[in-house]
Amino acid sequence: MTEWALIISCGLITFLTRFSMVALLKKEMFNDRVREVLSYVPTAIFPAIIFPAIFLDNSGSILIEDNPKILAAIIATGIGIFTRNIIATIFSGLASYWFLIFVV
Amino acid sequence: MKTNLQVFCKGIVDVSPFMIPVVPFGLIFGILAIDIGFSPLATMGMSLIIFGGASQIVLIQLFSGGASSLIIISSVGAVNSRHLLYGAVISEHVSDLKLIWKIIISYFLIDQAFALSNQYFKKNQDKNKYFHLIGGGVTCWVIWQSSTALGIILGESIPEKLGLSFAVPLTFLALLVNDFRKITNVIVMITSGLVATLGYDYIPYKAYVIVAALAGLCVALILTKNKKNYD
Repeated sequence: MTEWALIISCGLITFLTRFSMVALLKKEMFNDRVREVLSYVPTAIFPAIIFPAIFLDNSGSILIEDNPKILAAIIATGIGIFTRNIIATIFSGLASYWFLIFVV
Repeated sequence: MKTNLQVFCKGIVDVSPFMIPVVPFGLIFGILAIDIGFSPLATMGMSLIIFGGASQIVLIQLFSGGASSLIIISSVGAVNSRHLLYGAVISEHVSDLKLIWKIIISYFLIDQAFALSNQYFKKNQDKNKYFHLIGGGVTCWVIWQSSTALGIILGESIPEKLGLSFAVPLTFLALLVNDFRKITNVIVMITSGLVATLGYDYIPYKAYVIVAALAGLCVALILTKNKKNYD
């Protein structure tokens, strides 16, 4: 599949996730239980991107020792819990990562 | 009744404070896409065609890891499956509109616009209330496209040594800041994260994002069921 075919397919499926339910006339397509579980989708999916990006090295092996990303992510999480601020979380993590790799 | 333009502008005003985090997110997307090897045109094309930040980052992340098209498309679909919920909630407010308006509204049905317009729809019953969502959506669209473009420009001059790819997990971490204090959400997050990390090498076709997300959702299903029983 070419790069553009891939981009268009991804665009199409994204549009369908938005459009399919809007287009349906039925008001109560989902019951409360389905709504509740769907509300956990971001919580369930984002860590699947976060954890491997922190704990795995470039070759895909688990790297715990000598891995500045772990400490930087812990600091960012702490700032996130404390401030609930998206920008503060991102930049505290990046700043501590740069501090650990360039200064320490 | 307010004019269409007034409702549209109300949407812009309401969504604006929530646009601040979109800027670094768009910048990071643009920078990383260029870094991975996408052309400026393809990078801009992703923001224009897909118009969904998290799923675009998943796309380039999996693409650079060598995942197949099928896995990439289904992972993008999985990340965006939360929009099914938004659509279901919004549908009752737009059920009388023409198809073309439903298509336009669907394109702009993004997290921030949904959250704020849903609140507005609950308080206002005017026929033209949907202009609120379009106002919020268009605002986010302009911010997302321009920050992507700026990221593309910066991407060509930012050294790889800065390790900006670390901004990806940080950005997603930041999107979960409201979850950190809820124990159910924390358990779901850890389950998904562990399955993805430990299964990275063993789950075939780079399907670890989908498998981990399903594992997390199963845990959410069990935990929220038990919670109901105790209440």
